Amino acid sequence: MNTARKAHISFTLNGEPAEVAFAPHKTLLEVLREDLALTGTKHGCELGECGTCTVLVDGKSILSCLMLGLDAEGREVETIEGMAEGSELHPLQDTFADLGAAQCGYCSPGFLLAAKELIEKSPKPSRDEIREALSGNLCRCTGYIKIYEAVELAAARMRGETIELPRESLYGCE
Amino acid sequence: MSTDGKNSKPLNVVGKPFRKVDARAKCTGQTKFADDIILPRMLYCKILRSHLPHALIRKIDLSKALALPGVLAIITGKELPIPYGILPVSQDEHALCIDKVRFIGDPVAAVAAIDEDVAFDAMNLIEVEYEPLQTISSIEEGVMIDEPRIHEYGDGGNVHKKVSLEFGDLDEGFGDADLIREDTFFYEGNTHLPMEQHAAVAHFDSDKKLTLWSSTQTPHYVHRALTKVLEIAASHIRVVATPNGGGFGGKSDPFNHEVIVSKLAMITGRPVKCTLTREEVFYCHRGRHPVLMHVKTGVKKDGAITAMHFKSFLDGGAYGSYGVASTFYTGALQTVTYEVPRYKFDGIRVFTNKPPCGPKRGHGTPQPRYALEVHLDKIAEQLNLDPAEMRSRHLVKANSVTANYLRIGSMGLGACIDKVVIGSDWKNKFAWVSEPGAVATGSSSSIGSIDPLATARGSDTIGRKLPFGKGIGFACSSYICGAGLPIYWNNMPQSGVQLRLDRQGGVCVMCGSTDIGQGSDSILAYIVAEILGIDPFDIRVVTADTDLTPVDLGSYSSRVTLMTGNAAIQAAERARELLTIAVAEKLGVPIENVSFAERRAFDVENPEIGVSFAEAVVVAESKFGPIGTVGSYTPPRSPGKFKGAGVGPSPAYSYSAA
Repeated sequence: MNTARKAHISFTLNGEPAEVAFAPHKTLLEVLREDLALTGTKHGCELGECGTCTVLVDGKSILSCLMLGLDAEGREVETIEGMAEGSELHPLQDTFADLGAAQCGYCSPGFLLAAKELIEKSPKPSRDEIREALSGNLCRCTGYIKIYEAVELAAARMRGETIELPRESLYGCE
Repeated sequence: MSTDGKNSKPLNVVGKPFRKVDARAKCTGQTKFADDIILPRMLYCKILRSHLPHALIRKIDLSKALALPGVLAIITGKELPIPYGILPVSQDEHALCIDKVRFIGDPVAAVAAIDEDVAFDAMNLIEVEYEPLQTISSIEEGVMIDEPRIHEYGDGGNVHKKVSLEFGDLDEGFGDADLIREDTFFYEGNTHLPMEQHAAVAHFDSDKKLTLWSSTQTPHYVHRALTKVLEIAASHIRVVATPNGGGFGGKSDPFNHEVIVSKLAMITGRPVKCTLTREEVFYCHRGRHPVLMHVKTGVKKDGAITAMHFKSFLDGGAYGSYGVASTFYTGALQTVTYEVPRYKFDGIRVFTNKPPCGPKRGHGTPQPRYALEVHLDKIAEQLNLDPAEMRSRHLVKANSVTANYLRIGSMGLGACIDKVVIGSDWKNKFAWVSEPGAVATGSSSSIGSIDPLATARGSDTIGRKLPFGKGIGFACSSYICGAGLPIYWNNMPQSGVQLRLDRQGGVCVMCGSTDIGQGSDSILAYIVAEILGIDPFDIRVVTADTDLTPVDLGSYSSRVTLMTGNAAIQAAERARELLTIAVAEKLGVPIENVSFAERRAFDVENPEIGVSFAEAVVVAESKFGPIGTVGSYTPPRSPGKFKGAGVGPSPAYSYSAA
């Protein structure tokens, strides 16, 4: 039985003050999922390879499987559960849903947060910038194209612009 | 009334861009995958796996592990003596190995403890004594080395399965050929790598009924395996397939961790979870078989095939899994693209001391397809034919039966080829520089004796239009839309749908199908919405729960849209028929005048006369009682009657060119 005393941290979680006690060796990923029941953050490898556990810490995307929970003390952590404003989805969540960028949905939380960081830094990202920003996130279902298009569309909407989508994005190839 | 669904009315929902029914949940982190389930007092399970590829288990000592505080139970193979497996002919797996291990990763013992750390520590305290055996590690060794045998069944030595099929007179076919070409190919295996690792949670409740939540593509088969291994009545077991974080075929077998958590939950009386590590997912494997292939084809000068003999050798890994079917699949679909009038297939699957292979996207057909398409390119080059043209000239005809008794319905490959030829600018990118016929044929009277090496040597005199280092190639493929036969023999439908209409206008579709990201839940909503004239978001979809939903065999072999779709159409048409009768009576119009659209039922001649969909349900419920209907789908019977005829038939074949 694990007899070590639990560690305790205070931090900001999805904009709200939070406190949590946990076994001190736990990663932020484990603390979020197991001690805070925020299971929207996923795990795919727990080795820092796949990007499914991406969360934002002080606005920067990090792999929560490689960060100790203890290191979140005093920081601002944002998970997928904090991305929507009330019942209004973030524009990225909307476009991921509309364009079929989320298929099985397992990698989607990580992609969405990595994309959010990008759009906040670079409101009009080029395809190459998007590719670069999302290069740490693996998806096995979509082939990435729809994900890139969803990021472009969300960025355009956030700039108040409309962009023409390739017809096959909406209807499939004819 | 049933013809209404097949008329030429424009479609309002199907084929239109809609959000998937689960899209918002997936984009907000609300979708609950198997490992997201956390139950009160839940225990965590860790599985000790063999570190040797092939060995006898001499002794397992659990004493130190059992003494660790926080350990509630440890089980070994003797607690689960009944074997199981996905195919009735290969019931060769045990949830925990009993007397020997067959690959690195084979499970030996399992721990349930109060947390993952304790379970992990306990696992490392289990002591196992092994006696190593010779390792069989390749197709060649599987064929050549008879002893030690990995399994005590099969077609002799380490050969799991030998199959041989012959259709038509091959000698005659090769005799008619202008050119006979033989090639050998090897396709390396690979694995699915879904982003979500397999996970399962079992709960044995106070009524001694078992519930298993699992990341599986085939809850029905898991249900059957649990019933067999745990010796509990099927009616006391509920299997719920959680949304799969990708599957691609890798979650289609009943798995040892599913049986293990169930057994541990029964022993401890507490919920038990097992989530595999990424490393363990590689041990589950069931990935694409490595296949060594030899193909011999006779062709006429215009590329028409006169006969084909295809041989495949599959590296099966340590267990049967879907392997017998995979073996047949490496020989089944060669005939559905281009006319093959005489066809022979020999297949051998061997056991090796590696993680078991199984079905992965295209199940046994991409390997021979790769071989066949490259082989055809080589033939086209030898015959100095355009490979795209040669292919389209000899396509299988629509509404025909192939040499191996596969019934082809519609056949879209020609259209695919044309589209790719135009879209890729094929004619301008791929062409001989020299005049057609100037090279390779040599003396046209002896085309049958073309030496492939001579053709290759002559390649500096021929060439493509693209510059050195750039190339363009052509390949086609085909796959089934679901298998014609179920995995275990029975006369029941492959897909069932139940529909429940709420008097307030809600509709609930219940179906055993499992959404693995392909959108099968959404398909059900779209189809039912189309037929009932309502919005897909008015529909609640309940799927993949053996207690609540009628059986669908699972999400594999590209079967779900066709089979559950047809079952949903039937159920929805039956519901619409009841609504139509009641609405016609209420409106005082003939039955054939009643139509459904935009959440209304109305008179087609006076569309303003009608009722809302919810009112239609009320009048129908008033007349008939609560409205619930069922639908099902069974594929048409295949014309083939030989052993092995169960693999290959399908209600439809999809075609592709690239």
